[in-house]
Amino acid sequence: MTVPVSWYLLLAAALFAIGAAGALTRRNGITIFLSIELMLNSANLTLVAYSRLLEQHTGQLVVFFVLAVAAAEAAVGLALFIAVYRHRRTIDLNRINLLRW
Amino acid sequence: MELAVFALFALLALASALVVVTHRNPVYSTMSLVITLVSLAVLFVLLGAPFIAALQVLIYTGAILVLFLFVIMLLNIGREETGPSSKLSKVPALAAALIFGGMVALFSWRAFRDDALAPLTEEFVSLKALAGALFDRYLLVFELVGLLLLVAVIAATVLARRPRPGEMEPLEPRPEGEAGNAPHRETAP
Repeated sequence: MTVPVSWYLLLAAALFAIGAAGALTRRNGITIFLSIELMLNSANLTLVAYSRLLEQHTGQLVVFFVLAVAAAEAAVGLALFIAVYRHRRTIDLNRINLLRW
Repeated sequence: MELAVFALFALLALASALVVVTHRNPVYSTMSLVITLVSLAVLFVLLGAPFIAALQVLIYTGAILVLFLFVIMLLNIGREETGPSSKLSKVPALAAALIFGGMVALFSWRAFRDDALAPLTEEFVSLKALAGALFDRYLLVFELVGLLLLVAVIAATVLARRPRPGEMEPLEPRPEGEAGNAPHRETAP
C-alpha cells in the first residue's frame, strides 16, 4: 500500500511547529539555529511531497536551492556567532540584546 | 512495506525533532538533528526523490551539521547557563499550535482531496529530467546560487577571522574613564 501524500504533509506540519516552538522558546543561539534548520527541512519535505503529487520536478529543484541557501546561511550565521562570542563571551540571546527594541 | 518504512522513519523524525528543541546540551541537539535529517532523507527516497535524499545526507548532515558541531566545540558552549529553558511558555505554544493548524488547513486545500498517487515512473525518478530542468530553465538561478555561496564564504571568512591587533578592543572590561568610542558593554551580573 502506498502512503498518502497527506501523511507526509501532516508530518511536515508537525515538524515545522516543533521547530517554531523551539526557535521561540530557546535562548542558546546554536539551538535556535538548529530549530530554524528543522523548519527549513519540514518545508523541504512539503516541497518534495507536492512534487510527487503533481508529478513535476520543480519542487525538487526548489529543495536543491533551499539546501544551497541553508548552507550559506549556516556559514554566515555561525561566523556571526563566533564574532559575537569573541566580544561577549556568551551566545545566550537574552544577553545579546543591543539590537532589541 | 512502504507503510512500515514510513511509520518507522516518521516517528523517528518526530521523536528526534522533539529532542532537538528540548535538550539542554547543543551537542546532543545537533546529533539528534542528524537523526531527523537522515530519516527525512529516507522519506525523500520513498517520495521518489533519491537525488534530493543523497544531497540531504551529503550537504546537511555531512557539511552543515559538522560545521555546527565544529563551532559548538570551538566555542566550548556547554549547557545554557540561565534558567529553565525547556519549559514551553504559553505564547510560543500557542504560536506553534496556530502554525500547525494553519498548515493543515492550507494543505487540505488541495492535497487532502486528490490524494491518490500515481505509481512512480522511471521517468520521474530518473536524474535526467531533473538535470534537464536545472541546467535549462533554472540555469540563471543555479548560477546565482553559486554566487551566493561565494559571497557567503567571503562573509564568513571576514566575520570569523582573528582580529588584527588594535582593530578590536580587548576582551577584558576597560578601566573606567578610558576614552574612545568603544561599543556599549553590559557588565556581567
